[in-house]
Amino acid sequence: MSIKKISKVQPELFEFTSENLEKAKNEIKKYPKKRKASAVLALLYLVQNQNDNWIPLAAIRYVAVLLGMPYIKVYEVATFYSMFNLSPVGKYFVQVCTTTPCMIRGAKKITEICKKYISEEQNKLSENKICSWTEVECLGACVNAPMMQINKDYFEDLNESKTEEIIQKLLKDEFPEPGSVKNRKNNAPESGKTTLIEIKNA
Amino acid sequence: MLKDEDRIFKNLYNDLGWDIESSIKRGDWSQTKDIISKGKDYIIKEVKNSELRGRGGAGFPTGLKLSFAPKAVGSRPHYLVINADESEPGTCKDRDILRFEPQKLIEGCLITSYAISAHTCYIYIRGEYFREGEKLQKAIDEAYKKNFLGKNACDTGWDLDIYIHYGAGAYICGEETALLESLEGNKGQPRLKPPFPALVGLYGCPTIVNNVETIAVIPTILKRGSKWFASLGKPKNTGTKIFCISGNVNTPCNVEEEMGIPLKELIEKHAGGVIGGWNNLQAVIPGGSSMPLLPKNICETITMDFDSLIKEKSGLGTAGVIVINKDQDIIKCMARIARFYKHESCGQCTPCREGCGWMWRMLERMADGDASYKEIDLLYDVTKQIEGHTICAFGEGSAWPVQGLLRHFKKEIEKRSHEEPLIKKKTNIPYLIDQHLLEKDNA
Repeated sequence: MSIKKISKVQPELFEFTSENLEKAKNEIKKYPKKRKASAVLALLYLVQNQNDNWIPLAAIRYVAVLLGMPYIKVYEVATFYSMFNLSPVGKYFVQVCTTTPCMIRGAKKITEICKKYISEEQNKLSENKICSWTEVECLGACVNAPMMQINKDYFEDLNESKTEEIIQKLLKDEFPEPGSVKNRKNNAPESGKTTLIEIKNA
Repeated sequence: MLKDEDRIFKNLYNDLGWDIESSIKRGDWSQTKDIISKGKDYIIKEVKNSELRGRGGAGFPTGLKLSFAPKAVGSRPHYLVINADESEPGTCKDRDILRFEPQKLIEGCLITSYAISAHTCYIYIRGEYFREGEKLQKAIDEAYKKNFLGKNACDTGWDLDIYIHYGAGAYICGEETALLESLEGNKGQPRLKPPFPALVGLYGCPTIVNNVETIAVIPTILKRGSKWFASLGKPKNTGTKIFCISGNVNTPCNVEEEMGIPLKELIEKHAGGVIGGWNNLQAVIPGGSSMPLLPKNICETITMDFDSLIKEKSGLGTAGVIVINKDQDIIKCMARIARFYKHESCGQCTPCREGCGWMWRMLERMADGDASYKEIDLLYDVTKQIEGHTICAFGEGSAWPVQGLLRHFKKEIEKRSHEEPLIKKKTNIPYLIDQHLLEKDNA
């Protein structure tokens, strides 16, 4: 279980933009009429997208009303799932995987670089306030270890120099090219394919 | 080695394009109508005959699972739920299916939904796979456009709607009942079984939950016949499997191979061998982090299938092979896995919630050489207290890797753990560390 810090500074009101409200209604439509609560995760994601990557308590109340759920149920969900941030994170939120497969391929070097350039501590904003980082558990790209996720994109096959480049770019408010930094073809062996060599679309 | 023509996922590396037109050229959505016209019993029987076992980790026979769904639809609708909450450390196979072979999964959803009489299918993707989800949504939209989904899907007379549901970073939601809880908008905490989801699942309705890879291979099994599938691999461990080889190998990769391939061949042929040579191998975790590790002497001869690995007190799991060479501190590696479980325990059952943290703290101390010799037996005892005493299999998943370490690397731990128990030192003991000893003293 992870410990969640709830921001001390909270906006008083939260409302979806009309565009997001439309999206929220479409999410609710995916589920049977009496099961609106199923859309809670999707709606909390929409909140996060609209509100600079974090969820204020006012938004939890708002989502609860929208879905006809008790406030505490939505609060429970928001605190249970690790991808919901309940206090502000950077515009660029760097999540470094440090679970064993990444660890043995040098994830520590990546976190050191984050410490050096972004902030000494996890979940603290960088000096120019646009970037923060945290260690996370397995992100499911183990054959591309070490790797990290920045907002919605994966950065794979990292090494020290490339990670530095990526972080420097972020600090300059530019978004780097996602994917493997080695230009490796997805999950194929780096030295060339060992299977599916002569396969073509029939 | 498996012939390329016998591989099911021909676009594993996205050389051929993942769009629907390319997929159709590779044979997806051919014969779908014919297969469905042969009836539900035929489909379930073929899957049973193929001896396909679930690819999500437990290896439950898929045909049998499908047959658990009630034959007739009563007052409650049936649901098919696809488990794409791939979070097991070492595993990244479903990701490639979602982004490069989505039509295989969607076609599998249609055939399976028909077989279990479901008109709605939810695909539960882990929240981190946002880009993969986007691609899958595009693939679903393409399928709708071609009338492969929706009313009278693929001209079969069956209606099917598929929806994507994102998780939000909880490993436990890969457990099927926790996944259903999460789908209903609750915290992902597993339910007690029975009742099993096949009878009382999503919204209290009959639900079949299956892994992405399992569903994605079903169309090919039905097209090429159960005999073909059963002829690959070993008896009771048939077919092909996507292996993810990560860790200290020269070229980590995903590769589809025959079940029962020798581990050594898998590592040497596809992953470029162990870094520093085969003799530098220390241990291999053969099936994702929940499966006990195997030391080098077993790795020499072991074959990768469910039953051979169970014989060695490990398991195939998700076939996420994590290779650890001698440059790594094996205790540290397992301590990190214990930390993963400590972080991901849902907190519902006390043995798991408390035990996972306890195992992690002990292993960290063992790695640093700060543990007492008494703790080695205690650690084993804690794993035994967790195993079998929890609602879901997370308890086993967290205890087994530690038991594996104790089974094969006890000497290594003993070498480092020679401190006197803290209680004997009579120093000021911080609460929680060696709490059990304090309590004994107070009793």
